[in-house]
Amino acid sequence: MAMARAGSGWGPRARALVRRLRSGDEIAHLVTFLFAGSILLIVGLLLNELWVNSALARHKFGWSFFFTRVWDPVFEQFGALPFIFGTLVTSALALLIAVPVGLGAAIFLAELAPPRISDTLAFLLDLLAAVPSVIYGLIGIFTVVPLLREYVEPFLKATLGFLPLFQGPAYGVGFLAAGVLLAVMIVPFIISVSREVLLAVPREQREAALALGATRWEATWKVVVPFARAGIFGSIFLALARALGETMAVTMVIGNAPQIAASLFAPGYSIAAVIANEFTEATGDLYLHALVELGLVLFLLTFVLNGLARLLILLTARRGGAHA
Amino acid sequence: MSFRRRWRKSVNAVMLSVTGISALVAVSVLFFILGYLVWHGARALNWDFFTKLPKPVGETGGGMANAIVGSAKLLLLASLVGVPVGLLGGVYLAEFGGRTVSFAVRYATDLLNGVPSIVIGIFAYTMIVLRTKHFSTIAGGLALGVMMIPIAVRSTEEFLRGVPRELREGAMALGASKWKTIATVVAPAAYRGIMTAVLLALARVAGETAPLLFTAFSNRFWSPGWNQPTASLPVMIFTYAIAPYEDWHQQAWAAGLVLLGLVLATSLIARAVLSRGVPMRRS
Repeated sequence: MAMARAGSGWGPRARALVRRLRSGDEIAHLVTFLFAGSILLIVGLLLNELWVNSALARHKFGWSFFFTRVWDPVFEQFGALPFIFGTLVTSALALLIAVPVGLGAAIFLAELAPPRISDTLAFLLDLLAAVPSVIYGLIGIFTVVPLLREYVEPFLKATLGFLPLFQGPAYGVGFLAAGVLLAVMIVPFIISVSREVLLAVPREQREAALALGATRWEATWKVVVPFARAGIFGSIFLALARALGETMAVTMVIGNAPQIAASLFAPGYSIAAVIANEFTEATGDLYLHALVELGLVLFLLTFVLNGLARLLILLTARRGGAHA
Repeated sequence: MSFRRRWRKSVNAVMLSVTGISALVAVSVLFFILGYLVWHGARALNWDFFTKLPKPVGETGGGMANAIVGSAKLLLLASLVGVPVGLLGGVYLAEFGGRTVSFAVRYATDLLNGVPSIVIGIFAYTMIVLRTKHFSTIAGGLALGVMMIPIAVRSTEEFLRGVPRELREGAMALGASKWKTIATVVAPAAYRGIMTAVLLALARVAGETAPLLFTAFSNRFWSPGWNQPTASLPVMIFTYAIAPYEDWHQQAWAAGLVLLGLVLATSLIARAVLSRGVPMRRS
């Protein structure tokens, strides 16, 4: 009552405002706005924390941080090169294995399988994508690593051993193990996004190719896949961003040795793995800041890749929509 | 039949079978993982696992009761952070948002969704652990909560937008204010979809290990209150799997089986809830 009376003293505009406030719309708007705004705040804080807490390392090492191979906490010398190398090698290896399998499976699900089978398989792949990465690591340590050590690596050495990639002792743990595990982990992502973009390709494209006498495979490979090319690249970038940031499975099988080696059998280290292993041991401020700077690098890498991926997927969706 | 024609037909047959085999291989990984965990985990799983504390190093036996409770506490905290921000943020985007602010919020949400989980861990570490000077359940819960936000926001928005216009207009025509329409008509209609989103978000963060390593840390005993380091199932699997003791490996398998069971069961329940009908925009 008091509010209404006060309102009558302020003229009609204030009265309208009070009425709106009492109906609750403005309050609801404000409350939801605050919560939505807090997301912006969190992202801002995240960036700020990464930037501020890496200041010591950024100032001391500058750009040489990225080109130095020495990582020596005792003498406070920090170079990120071995970790960047490990991250890039394992991710590239993962893509090399996962892209053909993922694309093949996506083609099968989108073009060949009857809808019911396609949906069931897609559902199972969604479940596969939900498996926590520490579970992959567990299976990696006790299954993949021994298999590689006993069978795969000796075999590769015997057949392709003339290449520097497949030389040296077979430890089991190392770049190869991490790459294989990462490949298994990113396949579901490649499949689900590629399947979506393939399904978005207009029917007419397929029908025209088939009407011209193309076989089913030719219609798919020469018409449908090129049409969806941008989106497929998008799915690969998304998968790459996942692989770069993947921590647990890699930490458990990569061998944790900060070295740059030509051989895939050699143990290595990745950016995410060194953060996971050494963060709690980081005693000095500089040590901590060097690790946070690695986190910042990881953040920027995935940020750029995710942005590119989304752009490419959007482009494909537009193109499909325009022709439909 | 000319040679060329035969060649094209055989390429067709071979490549199509290759795609089928790829799909089969990809899906069979799921069954391999499930089978392998059940095979190893079921042998190591017993009643003690759920009721006892870990034994000191060198003794066999014991369980992970503290890690199970720890994980539950972390997930509770994560929901307290992630669900309100996710739901109300989603409501804002779907119902109130102006163009510029909505774009910024959507962009930030996508950005957050792509941040590697270990970086979220660093964030929670510098925000809380560095300031309070000790590891805590709160820091771990916050890290997991931040990871829940993007999934919850985007699905809430999507499902609210899926509610048919006619429902809204009906309520407005009866004289309900906007927020009343949302609270009593739109939100209940999108309820199942939003529940699904929350469950899926929970399933995703339940298995996260990296953000907990240096926030919730670990603990071999019960963790009283919210301000102490706490054990959690994923971190226990990690520490036990890389430890050199055979008995710990067995327990890591058991913990892996329990964790995977929980995560997959939650995902399945979420999808079952969803499939029982959400009003979708189809007009």
